[in-house]
Amino acid sequence: MELMGHLLLGLQTAATPVNLFYCFIGVFLGTAIGVLPGLGPTATIAMLLPVTFVLPPVTALIMLAGIYYGSQYGGSTTSILVNLPGEAASVVTTLDGHQMAKQGRAGAALAASAIGSFFAGTVATFLIAGFGPPLASVALKFGPAEFFSLMVLGLVASVVLAQGSLLHAIGMVVLGLLLGLIGTDVNSGAQRFTFGVYELADGIGFVTVAMGMFGLGEIIRNLENEAERSVMITKVTGLWPTREDFKRMVAPILRGTAIGSALGILPGSGSILGSFAAYSIEKKISKNRAEFGKGAIEGVAAPESANNAGAQTSFIPLLTLGIPSNPVSALMVGAMIIHGIQPGPSVIHEQPALFWGMIVSMWIGNLILVVLNYPLIGMWVRMIRIPYQYLYPGILVFCAIGVFSLKNTEFDIYFMALFGVIGYVFSKLGCEPAPMLLAFILGPLMEEYLRRAMLLSRGDPWVFVQRPISATLLAVAGLAMCSVLIPAFSKTREEAFVEGSG
Amino acid sequence: MIRSSKDFWTGLIYIFFGASAILIARDYGMGTGGKMGPAYFPTVLGGLLAVVGTIAVIRSFIVPGTPIGAFAFKGLVLVCTPVLLFGIIVRGAGLAVALPLLVVISASASVRFHWRATLIMAAGLTIFCVLVFLKGLGIPLPVLGPWFGG
Repeated sequence: MELMGHLLLGLQTAATPVNLFYCFIGVFLGTAIGVLPGLGPTATIAMLLPVTFVLPPVTALIMLAGIYYGSQYGGSTTSILVNLPGEAASVVTTLDGHQMAKQGRAGAALAASAIGSFFAGTVATFLIAGFGPPLASVALKFGPAEFFSLMVLGLVASVVLAQGSLLHAIGMVVLGLLLGLIGTDVNSGAQRFTFGVYELADGIGFVTVAMGMFGLGEIIRNLENEAERSVMITKVTGLWPTREDFKRMVAPILRGTAIGSALGILPGSGSILGSFAAYSIEKKISKNRAEFGKGAIEGVAAPESANNAGAQTSFIPLLTLGIPSNPVSALMVGAMIIHGIQPGPSVIHEQPALFWGMIVSMWIGNLILVVLNYPLIGMWVRMIRIPYQYLYPGILVFCAIGVFSLKNTEFDIYFMALFGVIGYVFSKLGCEPAPMLLAFILGPLMEEYLRRAMLLSRGDPWVFVQRPISATLLAVAGLAMCSVLIPAFSKTREEAFVEGSG
Repeated sequence: MIRSSKDFWTGLIYIFFGASAILIARDYGMGTGGKMGPAYFPTVLGGLLAVVGTIAVIRSFIVPGTPIGAFAFKGLVLVCTPVLLFGIIVRGAGLAVALPLLVVISASASVRFHWRATLIMAAGLTIFCVLVFLKGLGIPLPVLGPWFGG
């Protein structure tokens, strides 16, 4: 069995004491920061990214992946206990999770989330192992035209899935692409949009943008309604779910895993869409649908499984195509580039130990999560209790030092502050930052592929529709864009988000 | 009459950035479709952004939208200025001065600001960061900078 051989190689890489240690540290730090109310995975990863720079690439990526699951899992814990979701994907968890906690069943809700996540993570690990290599060999046949069209599809998907106005999201994507072009043009060496500032020659760092828009911007937003923000934490009781709970969990976990895995593979979606879809489907077909919104365990198990499955399968486009599908994987791409690895279809053949090591470490990370979560729940609860007025100055300090340490220049601190303002202003105007960050990292890649495709076709733009794969990708992108304009779909889209924020 | 101020202002911002991109890119070589110069892609994107912005502005006069919420200027200023200040003084004054300043100024943005607790936190964070980031991870920043004889 080829697959088993690969997984064995992965196990050998991931299970070395050093890598296990950093996987554990990543999961631990990720959970610790993820449980802090109002801090989502994107901000957490951006903050902790500089810590991994001192490590060798494989270890660093294993640790980063651990931070990712940890922060996502920590976010779920917070959603259940205090009703303050750190990020969009765990919004739906609060609906039933927090109700359960209020009824003294916080333990059962946490267990549903842990078991669901672990099961989903295990399935998704095998999916990546199974689908990764064939997909990568298909991707090896991709020319520049196909890559360009694939990125168009990814950006269109992120626009379609963005909350709020479609037009605003399109604008954010284009603006993100433009901002990504700041710096030296790789082809001609021309300095673009640098205004003679020497520090801009390398462009603006993506971590700087992410920390500014997601870290600082989020803090300013949280301070807005600080007075109403009270951390009334429910006591954690009933740590073990009953036999009845287990029975009711099984089907939603299976369905959530399937939905989350399928939707996570789509470029541009990540885990958010999955958890929304899994919740609404469960609400429609469950026997206990009357209990939804009042503390149904199905309403925790399904979105949490979907959430984790999607988070993990979103690594498939990242590892095989080199295309990030959400801000978190965009940060991973950035981290890989910093470590000298160009993510793409060749990684799997050129660096099998890295590829398989990362995949197996995902599963180990999920296992550590479950093991870690139960004994440490008391500690997480204490961390959630830290009042926000003591929390955010600390976050600012870590962001400022972290962003400085990227290139040891104060300029990045200035830009972070600037992007904090930009992020806040745009959020006030109803423009989501996620599509912009994705476009920001894709900007230079897209230009390069467009340039090569057009060079090969001698300036004939029809090349994008003459090549079958490229044409298909563009057609799918076109359909996705049109689907939003169809009244029925756009209504469902709005409803899904309203349900989430309500 | 503007019926959606969100659309209107977003549109204006997009038009501003789009138009600036096109204008600035005029200094770079345009090239041809088959041999794109450095100005090609930015110009296309700038044009696209300006078009999106124009549509948003036009739409703002036709389709009613939700109003823009109040700007939290206090939070905005008290979060971003100390970060800027931190960047400006950290090399000269050192982390032991810049960090507490960042903590105290930003903490004052909170409605639950409390002097004593904030100062204790600033001291704790400073010690932690000096030990972890400067001594541990070796980030090249002084504890006390040249301004204070460090």
